[in-house]
Amino acid sequence: MAKLPIPAEQLIETFGPHLNFPPAGGFTGRDEPDRVVATHCCFCGMQCGIKLVAKNNTVIGFEPWEEFPFNQGRLCPKGVQRYLQNNHPDRLQNPLQRREGTGFEPISWQQAMERTVGEIGRIQKAHGPDSFALLSGVSLTNEKSYLIGKFARIALKTKNLDYNGRLCMVSAGAGNKKAFGLDRISNSFADLTHAEVIMLCGSNVSETFPTLTHWIWQARDNGAKLIVVDPRVTPIARTADLHLPIKPGTDSALYGAILRELLRNDWIDHDFINRYTSGFEGAAEAVNSYDLSWAESVTGIPARLIQTATEWWGKAKTSFLLHARGIEHHSKGVENVSACINLVLATGRIGKPFCGYGTITGQGNGQGGREHGHKCDQLPGNRDIENPEHRRYIAGVWGIPESELPGKGLTAYEIVEAMHRGEIRGLLSICFNPLVSLPNNNMVREAFEKLEFYACIDFFLNETSRHADIILPGSLQEEEEGTVTTAEGRVVRIRAAVDPPGDARRDTDILHELAGRLGAGKYFAFQSAEEIFNELRLASHGGTADYYGISYEKIERNLGVFWPCPELDHPGTPRLWEDGKFYTSDGKAHFQPVPYRDPGEITDAEYPIILTTGRVVSQYLSGTQTRRIGKLVEQYPEPLLEIHPRLAAKHGIEDRELVRVVTRRGAAEFPAQLVETIREDTVFIPYHWPGKKSANQLTSGILDPVSKIPEFKVCAARLEPTGVAAPPANEARAYQSS
Amino acid sequence: MTPFQFDTEQEFFIDPQRCIGCHACEMACAECETNGQLPMISVDYVKRALSPQTSVQICMHCEDPACAKVCPADAITKDEFGVVHSANTARCVACSNCVLACPFGVPKKIELSDLMMKCNMCYDRTSVGLRPMCATVCPSGALWYGRREKLEEARPHSSPVHTFVFGQQEIRTKVHIMMPKGSTRLVVD
Repeated sequence: MAKLPIPAEQLIETFGPHLNFPPAGGFTGRDEPDRVVATHCCFCGMQCGIKLVAKNNTVIGFEPWEEFPFNQGRLCPKGVQRYLQNNHPDRLQNPLQRREGTGFEPISWQQAMERTVGEIGRIQKAHGPDSFALLSGVSLTNEKSYLIGKFARIALKTKNLDYNGRLCMVSAGAGNKKAFGLDRISNSFADLTHAEVIMLCGSNVSETFPTLTHWIWQARDNGAKLIVVDPRVTPIARTADLHLPIKPGTDSALYGAILRELLRNDWIDHDFINRYTSGFEGAAEAVNSYDLSWAESVTGIPARLIQTATEWWGKAKTSFLLHARGIEHHSKGVENVSACINLVLATGRIGKPFCGYGTITGQGNGQGGREHGHKCDQLPGNRDIENPEHRRYIAGVWGIPESELPGKGLTAYEIVEAMHRGEIRGLLSICFNPLVSLPNNNMVREAFEKLEFYACIDFFLNETSRHADIILPGSLQEEEEGTVTTAEGRVVRIRAAVDPPGDARRDTDILHELAGRLGAGKYFAFQSAEEIFNELRLASHGGTADYYGISYEKIERNLGVFWPCPELDHPGTPRLWEDGKFYTSDGKAHFQPVPYRDPGEITDAEYPIILTTGRVVSQYLSGTQTRRIGKLVEQYPEPLLEIHPRLAAKHGIEDRELVRVVTRRGAAEFPAQLVETIREDTVFIPYHWPGKKSANQLTSGILDPVSKIPEFKVCAARLEPTGVAAPPANEARAYQSS
Repeated sequence: MTPFQFDTEQEFFIDPQRCIGCHACEMACAECETNGQLPMISVDYVKRALSPQTSVQICMHCEDPACAKVCPADAITKDEFGVVHSANTARCVACSNCVLACPFGVPKKIELSDLMMKCNMCYDRTSVGLRPMCATVCPSGALWYGRREKLEEARPHSSPVHTFVFGQQEIRTKVHIMMPKGSTRLVVD
């Protein structure tokens, strides 16, 4: 809805981000709590167990939960501080309505609902059902993810639903479906402990999944060699046995060359390939010319290091390959994933003890939230929305004619592009902050300014929701019951520690009421989260992501159940593929040919430097939550431009000097941090900040043709030193930047 | 029922190579009510321009603590279990002798309250059978608390060391540093 009602600086005064610190001496009542609730962290895909301490319906502290098997009490700084949200002064507690010139004014739920439903009706009547879109996120529980998929198709009747997993898991998901017919890590992390070689491909484990570090060290204590592929010396790369400092955007060249070298040395498992796979010849043919000197010239990694990595991988009897956004955030993200899978299949090291492969799911419910109809092309159970049989099954579960089920819609970035073109005119969003998290965000802001109507369900007023017409205050993770599925594929219980504060409501209650007012109430007659989960179980039954045999009681008894779990007496599946039967049409694992191609944007005389982006340990994604937590902000107060001293010297850039970084999409200034821990041709900026401090002003909107993930990890940039020393970090107030 | 007391068979071990510099320990330490939101552990880069390596420092709980020896007010005591306690608030005169004397740079003078404070190995937790907060949350195993045999079995490539040589002086501590297998002492200079 047009530009902001008042300048962002004034909105920030009321709605933050403000920094929340615990009171000096801690919260009162900490030693006599009303409740200590064993639940999970709200942040990354590790979903560490944690106990929340509540007093007077307010979360006031945490205790480690040492019984939960994955993390056994371990936490990262975000986990330790995650309890500072429910008690946060910025927490939204009333429905709000945009008012031109004054900002936002409180209104009643009745008014907020009437306005929202009225605008949905008006826009859809004038421009068709698909002119109103829904953008969602996978910090939401399985129950909410499922509910949103159903709400979009049955209540909102739009095909244009997508989610922020589009910025996260979709390249891995597509690559895994091509190879295995299933989208899940193949093993629990327990299979790391006796792997002889662990290869981390584009995963800054110690900053993005800190509690996984312990599992990797357990393997190293047992003799494992650790290979880390990353353009930077990250904390996990620092002590690795082998660090391959790859040039961003060249991943598939490296894995192609390793495959060729494995073949040349016959370090492959012919029996496994013959019995359990197809497509091997095509994959081998595609890498036929990728010798080590070619790989060195493309990737910038010395040939001898690639040779060593190949030898370790080739000669090992057990191994575990893990990848993350570093190889997936590319216009060839799916190809990079396929190139990694080819190495696993060629050596036959999958479906056996300590032989593992998988992506490390990024978001809290990045796994479960991508399985049950939350995506524009998907129905529950990881079913295909264009498959007639799948459509019939889900229409049956939902009690609607199959013909009323919308088809495939646009993906997240494409929805925003359609908003920009004026084709999508109305939007409901929940749990997504695209003004910070999408690439090329100057275009994203323009798109939001063009919407005729925008309603937002959220617990803080983030940079995107400032553009809303109606704010519906929803619930934090600790304010509602449910389940999530961890990066291991383990379904675990989220417990409500408190009720939503003030007039805020549970997300599910908001969706139920909206559905009712849209005339679809009979499809949303759920009395509890467990009832939603029980319908999800049925809807997933027979799909590849089958939850039918998982009940709340079973999760609680076992501290989690690994899907697939098709029957109630099924124990769950921590390790996939032990029977050698894959979920593909022919039951075999599929090699993919991966010929190398350049990234979407390559450096040239005008933009000669590679820009890559990523995260820091104390912040999470778009920072809606973590830029409001005082100590997390103090730990790393502003985004820095990591630059090698030799590259800095070429530009005459000094440490802490403000450097203007320019790409074809925009320009922004960041203080230089001179470090020898990055390639000389590459600079790095973390992306958690908004406004003028947002790295995503610079990144490109080039998408992978299959997964439609944006290419966050590589674009071409120019550096312009300003000669001005940056002010002290704590004065920059980057967390509030507008 | 005998109340649980400090278990001397549970020991503290630091493995600097595993530290990922995440600061979870610092933040968790500050949550302890007795610390009033001030962390008694510190994490610092060694030299960020060259490496992301960090060092983590808690009180090493010396067998013969220099901080206690130089305290003019006898405010710092080592108890029967070997835990060196933070200054007794009634006695501490905030002279900073301990701050200057400690070879590990641990005690801090808190200007606001004019008192010395330092790590007491989470006495309120360890004396009731819990692990210290920092060693419980540490995501990488850089901080570890438990029985020595269990650690030695789990980490066969390292040896715990608790003897430090500073010039002419040798110091033994209750807390151990993990060193390459076979090491027996750490020569600091």
